[in-house]
Amino acid sequence: MFTYIIRKMLYTIPVVWGVITAVFILMAVVPGDPVRIMAGQRGDKATIEKIRRDLGLDLPITRQYTKFLGELLRGDLGMSYRSNEKVSSAIAARFMMTVRLTAWAMLAAVLLGITTGIVSAARQHSAFDYAAMFIAVSGVSAPVFWVGLLMLLVFAYTLGWVPGIGVGNGEGIYLVLPAITLGVRPAALLARLTRSCMLEVMTQDYIRTARAKGVREQVVIIKHALKNAMIPIITVIGTQVSDMLSGAVLTESIFAWPGVGRLAVDALRSRDFPMIRGTVIVLAVTFLVVNLIVDISYGFFDPRIRFEDK
Amino acid sequence: MTALKDVHARSSAAETSESLSAEAWKRFKRNKLALLGLAMTLTIILAALFAGYLAPYDPVKQLIWTEGASAKLAPPSAEHIMGTDLYGRDIFSRVLYGARISLQIGVFATAVTLIIGVPLGAAAGYKGGVCDDLISWLVNVVFAFPFILFVLAVVSIFQNPSLHLVFVAIGLVNWVSICRITRGQFFSLRNSEFVEAARALGLPSSRIIFRHILPNAIAPIIVQATLGMGGIITVEAGLAYLGFGAQPPTPSWGLMISEGQQYLSQGQWWWSVFPGIAIMYTVLAFNFLGDGLRDALDVRQKR
Repeated sequence: MFTYIIRKMLYTIPVVWGVITAVFILMAVVPGDPVRIMAGQRGDKATIEKIRRDLGLDLPITRQYTKFLGELLRGDLGMSYRSNEKVSSAIAARFMMTVRLTAWAMLAAVLLGITTGIVSAARQHSAFDYAAMFIAVSGVSAPVFWVGLLMLLVFAYTLGWVPGIGVGNGEGIYLVLPAITLGVRPAALLARLTRSCMLEVMTQDYIRTARAKGVREQVVIIKHALKNAMIPIITVIGTQVSDMLSGAVLTESIFAWPGVGRLAVDALRSRDFPMIRGTVIVLAVTFLVVNLIVDISYGFFDPRIRFEDK
Repeated sequence: MTALKDVHARSSAAETSESLSAEAWKRFKRNKLALLGLAMTLTIILAALFAGYLAPYDPVKQLIWTEGASAKLAPPSAEHIMGTDLYGRDIFSRVLYGARISLQIGVFATAVTLIIGVPLGAAAGYKGGVCDDLISWLVNVVFAFPFILFVLAVVSIFQNPSLHLVFVAIGLVNWVSICRITRGQFFSLRNSEFVEAARALGLPSSRIIFRHILPNAIAPIIVQATLGMGGIITVEAGLAYLGFGAQPPTPSWGLMISEGQQYLSQGQWWWSVFPGIAIMYTVLAFNFLGDGLRDALDVRQKR
């Protein structure tokens, strides 16, 4: 298990380096002069030269790259072009908000999706099954920002059960709509997947054996079937994290949720390149770390995987 | 003589491929959801092609100038079945024209996706070794970015994003899924007997890859590309919603949702709701179609 974990971690390093380099290249090929954008119309030649020197933009590109990597290793992502704020502290201030949103959304999705999938599979072809699968298929197909707006329309503006956008004073109630919005897609996917995995597992011989020896049906489903259906389910939870980070970008924008996704969109709007660079890197690396954890958990759930040579 | 042989070879090839596709069509026809998906996709294509005939109004014509204030944010009625927006534009007409934008994005971004993804996947799977390692590394790197954020980053570095840029940006990210599938196919086919036979005949790699392996690997690629259309259309809508995609007054569904959202809280829901239904309908159509194709073409899930 230990070597398996180490191997997985070593495998992630070149990918992280690739992510960082890709973002650097993307921001380096920007047409137009970022300094000109920063200084605006008023900037005279001397100011522009000074800003350029301060940012290290007068250095050759390779030198800029090594400087960027060096600073990154010390956790320094540079200064925002727009607000006189360090990119790293701006992200740090908002990162936990994104984690909170995504974690609750994932929890809601896992509970709702897996339960629905199990019940659907246990009562295949029932009215519940058809209704649940219809909703699930719609949930997979609806764009997340539109779902969010519908949620606002129904639960905030029409019924008045929850407040609209924003975070209030940090009360939990403000989290409800954004978390459900972000959770709809993974919940729908998980419901469909759990259903099909369960149906497949339920035809296996060991399920028949369990039933034949008189095990209660609930126990058969939960203990014998679900446990064996878990591997594909966990895989999807892992891949969903990427989707959810994309979804968070949109969800945070709709609900004015002060997370990294919204910070990224604002930075993109104002062409604040160090901030764009920082937020994109942080979100991508977060995804890689989560995936690493998921990968390691496979080895935990299915010992065979540890010994597979990839 | 050789000509005759050629004709013969061609006709027999046509026969086998015909029977294969006929068999796939037979399976496809039995699948109700697949047929539904096909029918839905056809309605979208028809809406896009004949928007000019079907739409009761000009999608960018502001009726407040001709019909007065009653045309401003009018609720759905017999005259405007999906209502009108703030400028008195007929939402139903705009939704119909919006199909053009979405399909255009779907088709061209998929084309870019395939142009990048298939050759890279083929190279990785067929050559293996260092080539495979490098391409797989690149796939993992691109895959690590949140899809929409990477597209946003690519689009935003240009000051005036055009729709062409959006196609390319989406393709630059989306190719990884096609690349993975293609790689898997080539990897499993590269040591099969017919490939060895082709190699023994001394055919160049490019010919083996494109004429011999690719036709046998195409089914899962088609399925993935179809399923990917929904994702592409959603991402484009998201871009437009955030203001980075289609610009006003283009009748883009995502843009319409974004324009209408501030009127939701005032009870004027139709501006944002109908374009969203159109997106959902389109994505659903491609998902059903893709699932149906998967079953019909007998594509087993491969890792």
